[in-house]
Amino acid sequence: MRLTKLTRNLALGLGLGLLASPAAFAAESATARHHPKHVEFEFEGPFGTYDRGALQRGFQVYKEVCASCHGLQHIAFRNLADKGGPEFSEAQARALAAAVKVPAEPNDKGETTDESGAPLTRPGLLADRYPSPFPNENAARANNAGSLPPDLSLIVKARMGGPQYIYSILTGFHEKAPAGFKVPDNKHFNPYFEGWTIGMPPPLSNNGVTYSDGTKATIDQQAHDVVTFLAWAAEPKMEDRKRMGFAVLIFLITLAGLLFAAYRRVWKDAH
Amino acid sequence: MSGPSTYDPKSGLEKWIDSRLPLPRLMHDTMSTFPTPRNLNFWYTFGGILTFCLGVQIVTGIVLAMHYVSTSALAFNSVEAIMRDVNYGWLIRYVHANGASMFFLAVYIHMFRGLYYGSYKAPRELIWIIGVLIYLLMMATAFFGYVLPWGQMSFWGATVITNMFSAIPVVGSAIATWLWGDFAVGDATLNRFFSLHYLLPFIIAGVVGLHVWALHVPGNNNPLGIDVKTPQDTVPFHPYYTVKDAFYLVLFVILFASFVFFEPDFFGNPDNYQPANPLVTPPEIVPEWYLLPFYAMLRSIPDKLLGVIVMAGAIVTLVFIPWLDTSRVRSCRFRPLMKQFFWAFAVVCVILGYCGAQSVEATAFGVPLVWVARIATLYYFAFFWLIMPIVGLIETPKKLPASIAQSVLGDSAATPAE
Repeated sequence: MRLTKLTRNLALGLGLGLLASPAAFAAESATARHHPKHVEFEFEGPFGTYDRGALQRGFQVYKEVCASCHGLQHIAFRNLADKGGPEFSEAQARALAAAVKVPAEPNDKGETTDESGAPLTRPGLLADRYPSPFPNENAARANNAGSLPPDLSLIVKARMGGPQYIYSILTGFHEKAPAGFKVPDNKHFNPYFEGWTIGMPPPLSNNGVTYSDGTKATIDQQAHDVVTFLAWAAEPKMEDRKRMGFAVLIFLITLAGLLFAAYRRVWKDAH
Repeated sequence: MSGPSTYDPKSGLEKWIDSRLPLPRLMHDTMSTFPTPRNLNFWYTFGGILTFCLGVQIVTGIVLAMHYVSTSALAFNSVEAIMRDVNYGWLIRYVHANGASMFFLAVYIHMFRGLYYGSYKAPRELIWIIGVLIYLLMMATAFFGYVLPWGQMSFWGATVITNMFSAIPVVGSAIATWLWGDFAVGDATLNRFFSLHYLLPFIIAGVVGLHVWALHVPGNNNPLGIDVKTPQDTVPFHPYYTVKDAFYLVLFVILFASFVFFEPDFFGNPDNYQPANPLVTPPEIVPEWYLLPFYAMLRSIPDKLLGVIVMAGAIVTLVFIPWLDTSRVRSCRFRPLMKQFFWAFAVVCVILGYCGAQSVEATAFGVPLVWVARIATLYYFAFFWLIMPIVGLIETPKKLPASIAQSVLGDSAATPAE
C-alpha cells in the first residue's frame, strides 16, 4: 500500500514536473531565440481589461508605423468603435476610415483602373476592412528585400510567447550581436527572433509618433501600446468573454453547492 | 441484472403508448429503477460526463457548421468571422475547441478507471470493445475537426497523418492519393474531412447507444470488482446516481468553463492562428495533446512502416485486454502487484505524451527523448502482452469482501432495512 502511494506520487510529481518545465528539457540550438522579456500587460489575468488609452495610442502606432508594411485584414473600421476595443466614437471611426484609401469597386463604366492604369481607390467606410499594404505576397516580398511582413490581425495569438514576444521583438533591436556573429545584408540583429536575424528594420524610434494625449512616445511606450492594440485585434471579444466567464462560474458554483446538498441528502441513509 | 421490468403504466395514455411503443418503459427501466451497485465512486461519474461532452460537441458543431466554409481559400477567414462577427461565435467556437480536449480528458479517465477496476473482464468484454471503437471514432473525428480551421498545424497535421498510409507497401501511395482526393492535402481533402467530421459524431452517438445497452445487461462493475448478489448491494439509478452524476458533472463543467472563458487557447497551438501555407513547413509539427503518446511511438521508430504498425498496434492491443488479463479478480484494489504495474503504466503514458510534444532531438537529463520514448513504448506493449497475463497467474490477490452491501454498510447489512 505504501509502495502504491509512492508510485502514485512519483507519477503525479513526474507528470506535473515534466509539464511545468518544458524549457528545462527543450533542446536549445545555438541561435535559439532568447526568452521574451518579462513585461506585464493590463489585459492579462482573469480580471485584465484592455487599457483604452493604450488601445487608441496603439492604433496610432499601427497606422503611422506598422501599416506601411503589415496588413490588419481581420479588423474593419467599425471595430474601432466596438465596445471592449479602442472605443473611438462612431464619428471618429468614420473619420479614421475616410482618411484611408481602400480598393474601389468598378466605376460606372466598368473600369477598375484610372487613366494612368493605377487601381481605383476610394475613401474607406466603417464597413471596410483595413486595406493591406501590398496587393499580393510577391509584391510584399519585392518591396521588403525578400521578406514577407505578416498580417498583424492575429499575430499576438499566432506566436509562442504572445504579447511578451511581440514586445521583445519591437524593443530588442538595440542589443549588440555577439562577436563573430554575421548579420546578412538586408537583415537585422534581434536575439528575440528565431535565428537572431530578422528582415524587419527597427520599426520604432523615440518620438517616432506624437501622441495627442501627451504620453511620452518612448520606444518602450510605443511597443507597449501597439502590443495592447494587436492583442485586442487578435482577441476583440476578450472583455466580453471574461465578464461572462465570471457570471457563468458564479452560477455553476452555486449550482454545484445546491447539488452537493441534494446529493448528501439523497445518500444520507445509503452509506 | 436488467431483470423483469418494473414499469407500471398508470394513466390510459401511458398504457396506450406502452402497448404500441414501450419507450417510456425503456426509459423507466434503464434510467430510473435500474439497480446500480451502491459503492460506485467519483471515477464512475465520467460515463455521464462523456455523454454530456458528446452532446455539447454536436450542438456547438451544428451551429459552427452554419457559419463555416469548407474551402481552402475561405476556411481560415470563416473561422475568424465566427470569432469576430457571429453573435457569440467566439463562445461557441471556444466551447467546441476546448470541448474536444475536455472530451478526451474525460475519456482517458473513464478508460483508466475501467482498466483499474477490471471493468473489461467477463461478462463485460463487449462493453470494453465497443468503448475502444468509440475511442477510435473519437480520434478520427478530432483529427478531422482539427484540420478544418485550416491553420498551419491543421494543414501539416493532416499531411503527416495521411502520409502514414503511404507507408503501406505497394498500394500505400495510391491509398494516400485516394484519401486526399488529389496528389496532396488540398481543397478536396478539406471538403471530405468536413463531411466526415459532421458524420462521425452521429455514428459515435449510435455506438454509445450500443455501449450503454451492453452495460445494462450485466449492470455496472464497481470498485470492489465483485458481482452484485442481493438487492441490498444496489440502489436505484434515480435518484442516487442521477444526483451524484449531476454534482460531479457540474464540477467538470466548472473546469471546462474555466478554460473556455479564461484560457481558451491553453490547449491550442499558436501556429494554428497562421493560415495554412503548403510552402512553409512549421519547425515542429505537433498533434493535439490527446494524440501525443501515439505520436511519440510513431516518431521513436526509425522505420516508417514499422512506426505506423506500432502506433496502430497500440490501439488494437486494447481490444484484446479482456483476454490478456488472466486474473480471477477484477479490481486492482485487491491486486497488490498489478496495482504497481498499473500506476507505472499511467506514468509511462504521461511520459510518452511528453516525448511526443518535444522536438525529435530533445533530451532530458542528457538522455535523448527518442530513447525514453522507445523504452516507454516497450513498457506500453509489455504491460498488456506480458505483464497482464503473467501477473494474473502469479499474483495472490487479497481477500475479497463477502458482498458490496457488507463492505459499504458493515455487518448491519445483514438486516435488509436501509
